Amino acid sequence: MFYPKVHDPILLKEISTEIRRSVIKSLTLAGSGHLGASLGLADLFTCLYFAILNHDPDDPKFSDRDRLILSIGHVAPLLYTTLARVGYFPEKELETLRKLGSRLQGHPGREHGLPGLELSAGSLGQGLSVSVGRALAGKMNGNSWRVYCILGDGELQEGSVWEAAMSASHLKLDHLIAIVDRNGVQIDGKTEAIMALEPLKEKWKAFGWEVVECDGNNHQDLISSFHLAQQVVGKPTVIIAYTKMGKGVPMIEGDHRWHGKAPSEEESSLFLKQLEETTAG
Amino acid sequence: MTKQYINRGDRPTKEGFAEGLLASGIRHPEVMVIGADITASVGANLFAQRFPNRFISLGIAEQNCMGVAAGLALEGKIPVFATYGVFAALRTTDQIRVSVCYNNLHVVIGGAHAGLSVGADGATHQALEDLAVMRVLPNMTVLSPCDATQTKIAVQQAIHQVTGPVYIRFGRAPVSDFTRDNQVVEVGKGQLLHPGNDLTIIATGHMVWEALQAAYLLQEEKISVRVINIHTVKPIDQEIIVMAARETHAIITAEEHQVTGGLGGAVAEVLGREYPVPMRLIGMPDRFGESGEPAELMKKFGLTGQTIIQTAKELLELKSK
Ligand SMILES: [Mg+2]
Repeated sequence: MFYPKVHDPILLKEISTEIRRSVIKSLTLAGSGHLGASLGLADLFTCLYFAILNHDPDDPKFSDRDRLILSIGHVAPLLYTTLARVGYFPEKELETLRKLGSRLQGHPGREHGLPGLELSAGSLGQGLSVSVGRALAGKMNGNSWRVYCILGDGELQEGSVWEAAMSASHLKLDHLIAIVDRNGVQIDGKTEAIMALEPLKEKWKAFGWEVVECDGNNHQDLISSFHLAQQVVGKPTVIIAYTKMGKGVPMIEGDHRWHGKAPSEEESSLFLKQLEETTAG
Repeated sequence: MTKQYINRGDRPTKEGFAEGLLASGIRHPEVMVIGADITASVGANLFAQRFPNRFISLGIAEQNCMGVAAGLALEGKIPVFATYGVFAALRTTDQIRVSVCYNNLHVVIGGAHAGLSVGADGATHQALEDLAVMRVLPNMTVLSPCDATQTKIAVQQAIHQVTGPVYIRFGRAPVSDFTRDNQVVEVGKGQLLHPGNDLTIIATGHMVWEALQAAYLLQEEKISVRVINIHTVKPIDQEIIVMAARETHAIITAEEHQVTGGLGGAVAEVLGREYPVPMRLIGMPDRFGESGEPAELMKKFGLTGQTIIQTAKELLELKSK
């Protein structure tokens, strides 16, 4: 049985807030990790795991499930938090993030046995190729499940992403949907200053992809974009999701310095307070 | 002791790869081959002609080829990605490390144009570092068969017997084809090809034939040389190596590969820990190759039976002191 989809927008909002709260807490305990993108993508993960993906937390390897490939392995805290919230493992285990002996590795590592992980990843530029391979196998077998691949915008500077993009359209993989986290920042600063990606939409189009743009922090916009992407025939679709790094905590929103940092105890309580204020309003 | 092995005629080991791949394709419907433009020259052509729907051309984009192979393996396919060894092992090392090895996926990587005997194409295309780089990766199995017949069997073992990532290297130049059709190639086990008590030559790839020739010539001088073929560089057969050290007290390794990090390194690691004896390593002396005829190059860089004989005599002299 697939996990029942959540349609209530208020409930989805509450889930996103819970996930953000949990991400802040587990990163604070861990003492290191990537807070910015984990907060920025909380809405995307909520929509995927609660409203879009066909999956079953009670049977993580069910063969007809959709496959979610997280190419940006550094967003692991958000993936773990979402998987726990949706029922893959007890939420208590989130306290072990990045600790010795934990199943919650700094970047996803399947050999540690955490249920729900589709790929051990963390070296940027590899997830889309793996997604192409999985989608190709599904297509050859005549399966109906889809592959969803989450990419970072800074990651698009890796040449191998474009090798994969070229092959996905060449192979007409319409069961492959890529999502680019277009938060405009990477570790050193703004993407456009470090290595410009624009015109990004045109680049994907030129590589033979259907392109959908959306507000990556708006649930309804995300969900309708996925429904649009699912209808595309004969080519893969990329959803360029414009997000804000650090979304939900106004004092760090859009600040690239929070890409790879965990909050201190003090910052953590401040962030949690801000999170409650923004979601209450 | 007579010559047990004779050359049935020179053949590129690539032909063995092509034949083995075809046989595996017939044997198992999930075997797929990924091509990066050089289908015929890496021996994927027989498979591609027979199974066009299971041959996926992905162009000159090796990093993507490796990642796609990982994705196919995650879905239960048995992907074989073959290209020149320099690209297969080195251009895609990070994809192999993370997407393939860290996920412990059964991806079969074929490294063509192995060694110096690629010849005229020169240094860029002579894979002389692949064994070292593949050997260091966790979960990886590394195969280096010694002739076309053995390559044909070994690639089928790589596809049907090994369960994790596996790298198999093979060459372009026609070399002696001498091992038996009905031999057993057990992954992880060395083959004792020639008995001897005075010293042991442990070789891999085409250098196994050179080692045998050296042993046969030394025999005429009443020097008894054991020859061991290591077709599995990783996991290496510790038992056969330690036994050779214990019984012959002198070891030479020979490989068409950089002298550091490959077979010689692997054997030295075992003996340094288990049973240190005087040892000499024959291989490419930490430099790049160049253009030339295969035989000329092998001679120039000392990868010949003659070098083995000379080294054996030096080592025996040292041993007798
Ligand atoms: Mg970014």
